[in-house]
Amino acid sequence: MVGILEDKDRIFTNLYGLQDWRLAGAKQRGAWNATADMLSAGRDWIITQVKNSGLRGRGGAGFGTGLKWSFMPKVVGDRPHYLVVNADESEPGTCKDREIMRHDPHLLIEGCLIASFAMQAHACYLYLRGEYVREREILEEAVKEAYAAKLIGKNNVHGWDFDVYVHHGAGAYICGEETALLESLEGKKGQPRLKPPFPAGAGLYGCPTTVNNVESIAVVGTILRRGADWFAGFGRPNNTGTKLMCISGHVNKPCNVEEVMSIPLKQLLEEHCGGVRGGWGNLKAVIPGGSSVPVITAEQCETALMDFDSLRELRSGLGTAAVIVMDQSTDMVKAIARISYFYKHESCGQCTPCREGTGWMWRVLERMSVGEADPSEIDLLLDVAGQVEGHTICALGDAAAWPVQGLIRHFRHEIEDRINQYRARRGSFAGATLAAE
Amino acid sequence: MPKAKVNGVEVEFEPGMTVLQVAELAGNEIPRFCYHERLSIAGNCRMCLVEVKPGPPKPQASCALPAAEGQEIFTDTPLVKKAREGVMEFLLINHPLDCPICDQGGECDLQDQAVGYGRDASRYAENKRAVEEKNMGPTIKTFMTRCIQCTRCVRFVTEVAGVPEIGLTGRGEDVEIGTYLEQAVTSELSGNVNDLCPVGALTHRPWSFNYRPWELRKTETVDVMDALGSNIRADYRGPEVMRVLPRVNDAVNEEWLSDRSRYAVDGLMRQRLDRPYVRVGGKLKPASWAEAFDTIAQRMQGVAAERVGVIAGDLQDAESMKAALDLFGSMGVTNLDCRQDGAQIGVGQREGYLFNSTLAGIEDADAVLLIGTDPRKEAPLLNARLRKIWLAGKAQIGVIGEQADLSYDYAWLGEGVKALKDIKKSAFAEVLKNAQRPAVIIGMGALARADGAAVLKLAADAAKAFGVVKDGWNGFNVLHTAAGRVAGLDLGFVPGEGGLDVPGMVEAAGKGALDVLFLMGADEIDMSRLGRAFVVYMGSHGDAGAQRADVILPGAAYTEKPGFYVNTEGRVQLAERVVFAKGEAKEDWAVLRALSERLGRTLPYDTLADLRARLLAEHPTFGRVDYVAPSAALDLAKLGAKGEVSDLPFVSLIRDPYLTNPIARASVTMAELSALRSPVRALAAE
Repeated sequence: MVGILEDKDRIFTNLYGLQDWRLAGAKQRGAWNATADMLSAGRDWIITQVKNSGLRGRGGAGFGTGLKWSFMPKVVGDRPHYLVVNADESEPGTCKDREIMRHDPHLLIEGCLIASFAMQAHACYLYLRGEYVREREILEEAVKEAYAAKLIGKNNVHGWDFDVYVHHGAGAYICGEETALLESLEGKKGQPRLKPPFPAGAGLYGCPTTVNNVESIAVVGTILRRGADWFAGFGRPNNTGTKLMCISGHVNKPCNVEEVMSIPLKQLLEEHCGGVRGGWGNLKAVIPGGSSVPVITAEQCETALMDFDSLRELRSGLGTAAVIVMDQSTDMVKAIARISYFYKHESCGQCTPCREGTGWMWRVLERMSVGEADPSEIDLLLDVAGQVEGHTICALGDAAAWPVQGLIRHFRHEIEDRINQYRARRGSFAGATLAAE
Repeated sequence: MPKAKVNGVEVEFEPGMTVLQVAELAGNEIPRFCYHERLSIAGNCRMCLVEVKPGPPKPQASCALPAAEGQEIFTDTPLVKKAREGVMEFLLINHPLDCPICDQGGECDLQDQAVGYGRDASRYAENKRAVEEKNMGPTIKTFMTRCIQCTRCVRFVTEVAGVPEIGLTGRGEDVEIGTYLEQAVTSELSGNVNDLCPVGALTHRPWSFNYRPWELRKTETVDVMDALGSNIRADYRGPEVMRVLPRVNDAVNEEWLSDRSRYAVDGLMRQRLDRPYVRVGGKLKPASWAEAFDTIAQRMQGVAAERVGVIAGDLQDAESMKAALDLFGSMGVTNLDCRQDGAQIGVGQREGYLFNSTLAGIEDADAVLLIGTDPRKEAPLLNARLRKIWLAGKAQIGVIGEQADLSYDYAWLGEGVKALKDIKKSAFAEVLKNAQRPAVIIGMGALARADGAAVLKLAADAAKAFGVVKDGWNGFNVLHTAAGRVAGLDLGFVPGEGGLDVPGMVEAAGKGALDVLFLMGADEIDMSRLGRAFVVYMGSHGDAGAQRADVILPGAAYTEKPGFYVNTEGRVQLAERVVFAKGEAKEDWAVLRALSERLGRTLPYDTLADLRARLLAEHPTFGRVDYVAPSAALDLAKLGAKGEVSDLPFVSLIRDPYLTNPIARASVTMAELSALRSPVRALAAE
């Protein structure tokens, strides 16, 4: 066996698409089993179970899923409740939700029903990333199957009228931010809303809404079937359960794998990915949670555990558990400059620090990647990143600032070397800004 | 009331206030660019950051954060200052810093805040962003490189004006404010976006590069382009009014101004009558005041009083009308009328011709019926208020008259009298019946017709049936279109015993039954039908009246004389002299005073103060300025008169909202706006 998680404990048993994704196959693997019993146990039981399982949101921020559900009004007023599933998976490095949608769509649909029932929502919107065309086709097919089998829809076998709508986005990263997603779903320009009010108070069309990640919803059915204790038994306290991890970059076998939380990063890379290209000693740095979290160094990777708290102690984050591995051949400055370009490109432009700061950071980094800068600009860059972080409406500002901060924290010497080499090549001159000539 | 601490000082605040408002309550000004009291909250400029406890350990945008009991707000900590400096730096990195050639320079929010939060030098070494200019029409000059994307303009046109034609396109640092298809903004309130723009991105096109704000002297006065009496500030340099800006008056214009009120001022320097003229041999010849008066006196000698007529125009101040009443009244003239459109209203109880709910009070109405009025053309700011309550879902609106685009949805009941007669059978009747505070707004389209009095009777009957007037609520509203109208009616500038009204006078003149006709700024009557009557035109502009006149007495425009105006709700307001009248022109009351002497009927006042004293003594309603008397019990049954009614549809008198009066017709900007709206567009090749 490789890794820690045993096959019997896997939730996504068709992660690699080797079996039938359709209703028949999904049912064989356990989906839609005893769903009616879960609903008959009541919504309080469901929310308590999810809370006890310790499930934290799988979209990156790691907010307790059960707790989030409990924020919804207890009684439905004159406005209906909605569940919105965030399938706008666009974080560079992350490719877990798409595997759920193409290979285990029924787990997701079942989760939608359970979660909607728990929050008294009769309608659920799946907001799908624009580029996920095949995923949409499969998901829509699966939804059709579920309707046909009377698992969902009006007068279904579960006794809770429930509709699922698949909405295809247009491929904007910012629409993965929950309130921008709601705006986009309403047909408006995808720009994050001010909070408060939070979606649980006024979300989609001003109605109480909960927005959850695909993975958070898809695991609910299995958690309820096997019990909160089973799920809570994996990982460390406060970081429980199993998690889909997406490993890309300089490993011998990049892969998606479901593993227990808190698995040592080194074990994850060695056992599931065939190790770092050229051996562990060739490792330079890892971005452990999708492009928005700060990079950690090879030394830190020795001890890092893949969970929220361990990575936060390393001043990084678990994010979506999208591990981007970089070996010694990587040009760190250039890599972060590329990430910086991504955030500049995907900023919605609504609020000032992000609109202006992302472009500034990218331009400075581009120059630094060839050494065309002044050493004092490293501190300037750090300062600018600090002026963006925490000053914006949504978290995209933070996401743009963190990689830059991580770079300067761990690889400042590389930038300085680059500048020195450039100057040695060009002869010394005063003022980095003249370099554009 | 809940309490919060601002920088250690405890303040009480109303529930629902934001942190920014609470901080202001405690006397701490919070810098802001996107936040505006009268628009929705965007929270995107991030300049208003403050520290709030309890809360996350990062600065919060105070404009969007609800204040809470026991909150501690800090507006001047190092963290806050650092955060604001950061935001300011970001705002400036792509701003051109061309203040010396920017029209906003000197009254620019960004410039002002940069003094408090800016760095001495830029740390930004990259190229600045440049943005192409956009075409937004004749009122808005764009310089989009200066834009800081606060989206105030977007929110204004979407929310207040109701024409979602400006938007933010693109994303990230490439976002641009624009009109999508490079079209002119079609709002009649478009000039307000220039006021709202905190930087020099949108400036007033008609006045661009004409002045620097610090060169201008400012006079607070009142607008006369519609009957609302919007409060304005006229800024002048030397003899010229350079611009007109709104003053805040929540009871009248809030802080908006319609384009007509704002941009017609360039007409004040064109087509002016700057000296008297006398028609000799069919041609108007320049003359002295004495010659002009002599000509009038000679012509009037021996003319019987019933063969003399006086018509007061739409822009007349109360003082000149009072002087005319005194002068011609002393001669026994009864052919007096201030309703040149022929409106059949103004006799009887004062409440019978006022906008009784008041302009601000109409926002309390929960059902509004518009009869024969197009408020979007006649009183754009009233229309904005109607849109506001419609948008908030507070009121439903019904219309009898034209099916115009009013910027909100309404129930259309019909086009004329028939719909008014059948109102109880209509679907909207239920709405009016169930309303707590129903209101009726009746416009000149319904009253300025031969059967106006009968229509008024029908409208009053309907109003009575739906309980429009009841204890504590008077929703019977007349919307006038002329600024001088209510003052004229208050003074009794209507035909006396046996006197002729305006249509009567025109007809009599055409038939030769009227020898002398005085037109006081009256240009909107059909001059070709005046026959051989001797026409004296007193006024400021060479318009229709001056062309027909036999003697022209040059007068002062509204910015050139102090005077009382009474708006459609009966609010007396005082206009001030901003600049002096042009050339030899004099203030209208003074012209009449001089003429009275020549006619041997010297008026008993030598100064404006004397005239006003007499005016106040005889008409105490003029005694309180900027005040609307609580409406007295209005007996709807006494309004109007029974009579034959025609089936003609109600049509607003204002066909072209940009060319309603002599000043607007002399304005280049108004001509441009009018051309833009006219159905026949010039071809590209022309």
